[in-house]
Amino acid sequence: MSFSLFGKKKSKKSKNSEPAVSEDSAHEPAEQEADEPANSEPEMEIQPDSPDDSESETDAESLPDKKEESRRRAEDSGGFFRRLKMGLSKTRALLTTDVDDLLLGRKIDENLLEELEEKLITSDLGVETSMSIVDRIREVRGRIQTGEDLKALIREEILREMDEENQGQTQESFMGFSPKVILVTGVNGVGKTTTIGKMAALYTRQGKKVILAAGDTFRAAACEQLAMWAERSGATLIRHKENSDPASVAYDALDAAIARKADIVLVDTAGRLHNKVNLMEELKKIRRTLDKRMPGAPHETLLVLDATTGQNALKQAEIFHEAVGLTGLVLTKLDGTARGGIVVSIQKQMGLPIRYIGVGEAMEDLQPFDAKAFLEAMF
Amino acid sequence: MFDSLNERLGSVFKALKGRGKLTEAHIEDGMKEVRMALLEADVHYRVVKQFVADVKARSLGREVMESLTPGQQVVKIVYEELTRLMGEASVPLELSGPKPAVVMLVGLQGAGKTTTAGKLALYLRKTGKKPYLVPADVYRPAAIEQLQKLAGEIGVPVYPSESSADPLDICLDAREDARKQGCDVLLVDTAGRLHVDETLMAELVRIREKMTPSDILLVADAMTGQDAVKMASAFDQDLGIGGIVLTKTDGDARGGAALSIRSVTGRPVKFVGTGEKISALDLFHPDRMASRILGMGDTLSLIEKAQEMVDEKQAADLERKLRKNEFTLEDFRDQLRQVRKMGPIGDLLKMLPGVNEKALGKMNIDERELVRVEAIINSMTPEERRRHAIINGSRRKRIARGSGTRVQDVNQLLKNYTQTMKMVKKLNKGGLKGMRGMRGMLPF
Repeated sequence: MSFSLFGKKKSKKSKNSEPAVSEDSAHEPAEQEADEPANSEPEMEIQPDSPDDSESETDAESLPDKKEESRRRAEDSGGFFRRLKMGLSKTRALLTTDVDDLLLGRKIDENLLEELEEKLITSDLGVETSMSIVDRIREVRGRIQTGEDLKALIREEILREMDEENQGQTQESFMGFSPKVILVTGVNGVGKTTTIGKMAALYTRQGKKVILAAGDTFRAAACEQLAMWAERSGATLIRHKENSDPASVAYDALDAAIARKADIVLVDTAGRLHNKVNLMEELKKIRRTLDKRMPGAPHETLLVLDATTGQNALKQAEIFHEAVGLTGLVLTKLDGTARGGIVVSIQKQMGLPIRYIGVGEAMEDLQPFDAKAFLEAMF
Repeated sequence: MFDSLNERLGSVFKALKGRGKLTEAHIEDGMKEVRMALLEADVHYRVVKQFVADVKARSLGREVMESLTPGQQVVKIVYEELTRLMGEASVPLELSGPKPAVVMLVGLQGAGKTTTAGKLALYLRKTGKKPYLVPADVYRPAAIEQLQKLAGEIGVPVYPSESSADPLDICLDAREDARKQGCDVLLVDTAGRLHVDETLMAELVRIREKMTPSDILLVADAMTGQDAVKMASAFDQDLGIGGIVLTKTDGDARGGAALSIRSVTGRPVKFVGTGEKISALDLFHPDRMASRILGMGDTLSLIEKAQEMVDEKQAADLERKLRKNEFTLEDFRDQLRQVRKMGPIGDLLKMLPGVNEKALGKMNIDERELVRVEAIINSMTPEERRRHAIINGSRRKRIARGSGTRVQDVNQLLKNYTQTMKMVKKLNKGGLKGMRGMRGMLPF
């Protein structure tokens, strides 16, 4: 167990200690031929092999993130509901109208329905979905007495729009894979690396052995970013040089995971706009390469979506799905004022389950998706 | 960006233009479509409402109804209103005040602030400024390293920030350092933050107060949905932004966020990020963008791009060679390289009137084709490049092997080249008459 090394690196980041000067060899990228997945054991970040919960917790605690401190105070009792509500409660103050206020002492007439349409559209639900919900409400407006009635009806209608069959399957399963390979994709800046970091923390907390593949070899310092997450979460990082072939990184990571009997491999990829044909080809290659090393891998291919994204998210989902066959979505940045309504259309049209949602920047701010709770926080 | 908006509006206008006389009902129908198109492009609900009302009011006025081509008039109105919505003319970066002028980059997480900071530094250096980069994002892991690497790539000085330091201290210290180094623009890359995060917004206000930036740029993702308005107005209220940088416009987002932000904050879009390369940052021209949305092309930008890339001396040289029929495969390769420097061919074509995503269709312009052609020429000996006639069967085989292509590819290239040369000869003899066949002859 190379815990001393771990401790040294950690001290580099802690606020009050003197800056660490030692160049530790673990940061050196593996010298490997980029084109062919090498069979030799790759050089890698050395991390504690099986950190128990208390270790990873203290590690997180010692981080200098001033932002996290304030949040941490409020989050002790945690829980998805509270966190999500907390994220969205800030929103409430900023919104000029809310569904509750909409109805205050008013009858449901065309004006009110138009305002409702505005609310739905500005939640990024999309024109079509919004209009069909408004139409349904127009039909049954006699039944609506209170703001609660209206909200319940909106939620019901949206749930109907979302693929209900999928709602029961949002829990991911770990049975029968060793290791389970999860490929994480998305356009630039949606929070892929952060999501992977949070997932790694979640899995290590569950006592699983996690390996991270630094597949974003394009963006400057993306590897370093993932390395810090590996450190925080107690996962092991496999990396190559910048600009090396991401498929070979993925291959080596899977190779290492099999050799070390890891439970989970999380493969990071560079952000790519879905309309860049050659970049999508590169993604397909990563998929093929994983399958070559372990038939059936990746077992999960996630698309990370930014909740602030508008109607383009549907296009992203379609094209990524066509290229690599998605099995689920992750919706990030739900702690802002964006509602991420576009996932309703995505679920409706593609039937992809939402695995997780991101509601903040701390390690614990990744929650399993629950459609009902999501909608309750939304309206 | 804006392509599908362009398509949607195109079909609306086609229906309108087809009529000799427009009734109020026609315009109503047309505006309903325009409204849908804009909403689907993520333009904010209220902005759309206002826009449609304005266009409708003007379209029902006398200038349209009494016109002989009413449809054309409506298109003109939409164009004018779109331009107005996006701002009339392009607005440059504000760099007044004592040196170094401070420019702050702010925005949500993942909008592309750090990348934009690097691009902006390169842009400023090209215009003769001496930029200095300040990584002030102490929160996101490796954000500082990212900017330092970008700075290293373009050779711009960068402040050696520590992630344990306070962002304001970093900025103050960096300003001193920039002054010492004689830099005239300080580009501050701040951490991504949510506009509802009071602590972090207060941090920006503190930095602004001490640094008195001459410009504050809000970096926003072109794919942003309806939330763009809330986000932008919150940043504007707290900080008073000076302009907007719209990133990731090389995606297929319809870019309605640009219209919304501009319209709600009244601040101009100053730059657009157009690709992953560090040089992929353009000044924003509202009128040209409006013209692209309406499918009228953007020839001005195309010409500018060409001027930027083409060396005048080289061009004169080329003309002389063409006149003397001395245009060799070597010259041809130079031409190819220049075209490629201008950016992806698909993007260039889209700047031409009438060319949109649909027109390009499944053509799927393969940039690699150009790379292949260049590789073939690279695999020739200098002698072969100057005198293509000597390239016989065995030479062709060797060239194909050397460039990783097939003999057929080499044959094709040589055939195209000789045909082009024939055209050139004809041209030189008979003036422009021979020009017509020229287009299909270029080997790409």
